[in-house]
Amino acid sequence: MSLKLEQLSYSYGDHKVYEIQALKDISLEIRSGEFVGVIGQTGSGKSTLMQMMNALEKPGEGKVFFHGQDVWAADFDRKGLRSKVGLVFQYPEHQLFESDVLSDVCFGPKNLGLSPQEAKKRAKEALALVGVEEACYKMSPFELSGGQRRRVAIAGVLAMEPEFLILDEPTAGLDPKGRDEILGQIALLHRQKGMGVILVSHSMEDVARYVERILVMDQGRLVYDGVPREIFARCEQLAQMGLAAPNVTYILHGLKEKGLQVDTDPVTVEEARDAILRALGREP
Amino acid sequence: MIRDITIGQYYPSESALHRLDPRVKIIGTLVYVISLFLFRNPAGLLVATLFLGFCIGLSKVPLSFIFKGVRAILVFLLITVVFNLFLVPGEPVLRIWKLTISREGIHTAVFTAIRLIYLIFGSSLMTLTTTPNHLTDGLERLLEPLRIIHVPAHEVAMMMSIALRFIPILLEETDKIMKAQTARGADFESGGLIRKVKGLVPLLVPLFISAFRRASDLALAMEARCYRGGKGRTKMNPLRYTAGDRIAYGVILLYLILLTVALRFT
Repeated sequence: MSLKLEQLSYSYGDHKVYEIQALKDISLEIRSGEFVGVIGQTGSGKSTLMQMMNALEKPGEGKVFFHGQDVWAADFDRKGLRSKVGLVFQYPEHQLFESDVLSDVCFGPKNLGLSPQEAKKRAKEALALVGVEEACYKMSPFELSGGQRRRVAIAGVLAMEPEFLILDEPTAGLDPKGRDEILGQIALLHRQKGMGVILVSHSMEDVARYVERILVMDQGRLVYDGVPREIFARCEQLAQMGLAAPNVTYILHGLKEKGLQVDTDPVTVEEARDAILRALGREP
Repeated sequence: MIRDITIGQYYPSESALHRLDPRVKIIGTLVYVISLFLFRNPAGLLVATLFLGFCIGLSKVPLSFIFKGVRAILVFLLITVVFNLFLVPGEPVLRIWKLTISREGIHTAVFTAIRLIYLIFGSSLMTLTTTPNHLTDGLERLLEPLRIIHVPAHEVAMMMSIALRFIPILLEETDKIMKAQTARGADFESGGLIRKVKGLVPLLVPLFISAFRRASDLALAMEARCYRGGKGRTKMNPLRYTAGDRIAYGVILLYLILLTVALRFT
């Protein structure tokens, strides 16, 4: 039960003047129920990689397997795949088009061929999952705040009940409160429903806090694949790629340089606090 | 699929044609397009073909790029040819049922087709070798004398450059929204006409909203930088003619003289 990419390469632009190689020889496997973070600079190929996972883009070379089946085989049901691997684009609120919130969330389930009642039921469940209140169901999406609109858009994908949820920068442009709420709800979904989540993010703090595994992209290549503390231990290499480790990592490294015997592995604020207390000989 | 549209596309390269002042290219294209409708004889056609060939050769733009432009008007071209073929009266050559093809019809059809194709070639060559910014700069300068009769030259040029700038942005946006809706199970390809048109709603509504949002953002950004229209505005890189541009004007003049000479051979 997994999503597997094998030696994937992709370039766009039909003529060599415009051709840009977006992905170079990428192989990876994401198992059901994993919480994976993807980091990399703008233009490193993250978004393209995400579109490969639900067959929105066809790879130039290489293969994509979903539960062991080649998604580009002639008889493969790609529409079905897109409901199993839900992709939430950057600024997903820009894709809302219906006159009220509930109908918009119903769009996905209806496209799957569900009856209007069933679609509505799923839409309501999805809206509840992302924390949109019932009072908003009949409102126009444009009457909502930015954060709420984004939740509605995420619900639009969740209503298809995907096995994997891919989120491309779901917190871009949100305030810290909106960011924590959305990420918290996604983490909850992951825990309660066992949904596989792939989170593309610029924020190292977010990635460090929620994910179990990190993929680092640089210039179309997958350069690192490992658990957060392994990845963030390489803060110098990350810096060369224009990336950074979470702020606490730098603080801990700084403390160690000044002579405090502190463990530099922690990647979240809470872990770092405990490590510093331990180094000072106090109970966390 | 959407990236295939080539009208107004620029082909980056370093050629003599790319370096020319945009005014020369605009005037040259205008002169050439008008000149295409002046001749009705093979000698004139030969001169026009040679001139076009010379310019294409000079531009270093691959032929395939120039040919692509014709694809866009193919249907229009076919209709024009068919109408000319059957509807121009004259000495009958062929009779199919109630329709007759005349010698004059064939002549007109062939010439019209060639004119249209050359027209597209000529104008694509201009856009392929000139960046949109240069193009509007050139246009602004050319329209400047008309300010006396209250033609807002700068504003027209600014609107044009904004419109041109928005084309790729909106295409990209269309691509993005299409993908986002496809990810939600939308289907833009299959189904009958009514289903297809209905299927466009999830694409067009967000696209319109996004266009308005971008326009309003841009207006705000321009105002924030104190944009107040063209009055008293100077340029960082004003257009100046160089020796090459003068030679180019000479070449255009030479073309016109040759064409006039060719018109005498009937």
